[in-house]
Amino acid sequence: MKTMQTNVVTPDGSVYSGETEMVSVKAYEGELGILPGHLPLVTPLTVGAIRIKKDSKVELIAVSGGFMEVRSDEVNILAESAERPSNIDITRARAAKERAERRLEEAKRDNIDFKRAEMALKRAVNRLEVSENKM
Amino acid sequence: MASLKDIKTRIGSTKKTKQITKAMEMVSAAKLNRAQGKAEAFQPYTDKIREVVSSIAAGSDDVSHPMLTDREKVKKTGYIVITSDRGLCGAYNSGLLRETMRTINKRHKSTDEYGLIVMGRVGRDFFKKRNMPIFQEIIGLPDQPDYTDIKSIASTTVQMFEDELFDEVYIHFNHFVSAISQQVTESKLLPLTDIAEGEGEESQTPARVMDYIYEPDAGTILEQLLPHYAESLIFGALLDGKASEFGARMSAMRSATDNADNMIGELTLKYNRARQAAITQEINEIVGGASAQN
Repeated sequence: MKTMQTNVVTPDGSVYSGETEMVSVKAYEGELGILPGHLPLVTPLTVGAIRIKKDSKVELIAVSGGFMEVRSDEVNILAESAERPSNIDITRARAAKERAERRLEEAKRDNIDFKRAEMALKRAVNRLEVSENKM
Repeated sequence: MASLKDIKTRIGSTKKTKQITKAMEMVSAAKLNRAQGKAEAFQPYTDKIREVVSSIAAGSDDVSHPMLTDREKVKKTGYIVITSDRGLCGAYNSGLLRETMRTINKRHKSTDEYGLIVMGRVGRDFFKKRNMPIFQEIIGLPDQPDYTDIKSIASTTVQMFEDELFDEVYIHFNHFVSAISQQVTESKLLPLTDIAEGEGEESQTPARVMDYIYEPDAGTILEQLLPHYAESLIFGALLDGKASEFGARMSAMRSATDNADNMIGELTLKYNRARQAAITQEINEIVGGASAQN
């Protein structure tokens, strides 16, 4: 089976690097699956999980935004933060989720705080889902 | 002349100071190592964003973005100044702050023309004392900062530029040249004119510019990417500054240790002389007393 070099990089260092069979990400317009030999592509990502398929096994990585660059035999994912399930701090994510939910109730709809809380909630929920392997 | 006891006390205290400076030197060396590792781990991230942004800029001529073009009239300039929280690091802070003051005094006539974003306690106190306009400050950054530590200050700064509060943003920091040499550096953060013009390192390798498909389109991607890029540059400068801080502290502590060594040598010599003089005097007294009896 053909493979491609996949790198997940954050400002704090590399999170994943290796040969993979398929990468699937959540782009702005929806889910996007990349196989080896894809045309060069650049797309921003939303908060979501990356699924990396290697040796018929699927690994999940939680990312908060960022973007993906595809070349014929290489996929680079650059995110502000990216975590493997084992590195996710579940208690912290839970606390963040509760805090965000509380803020959402307090804040008005058009407020900047509202948007910020909404993003925080999305990130927290994403982390929890990835850590529980629900996706 | 100081008494024997005084000299002995001074030797003792100098020895203790030397132990402390030596320990601090070793701690800084270890931290420097980690900071360098961190800076290395971060490099691929900016390189990659830079590569993509410049290939977008090179690929299509009609792409423009407010962050890529110079503003006609610069009304207000922002300065990000990266200093340390603690002292005892030689000329690390003083050199940087002196240079920043010189630049500001040269370029601006009044405090309305610029604003400061300060990282580190030393810089904050310095500018506060001089009543200069501090827009944002952050102190107590860890020795090995994570991106999340400065995320909010970085994005607010970029936001200030987008809101046209600032028309230009510069970063002042100590660039890490080697463990014993740091260079005060000013770099222009915004607008990002150098990648738009295809200058810099990337232009020497045009073969790497790819013909990408943009999903959804190049303009949207630039809008997403450029703030990230600017923020990551701030983080890069901070990491560079941190590495310099440890380098500067290491060499400052090394010379302090050397000085302590010299001082201990001199004091020991003085102590031995004084001791010898005291013995000689005592013998003289005994001999004098004995001859007086005869």
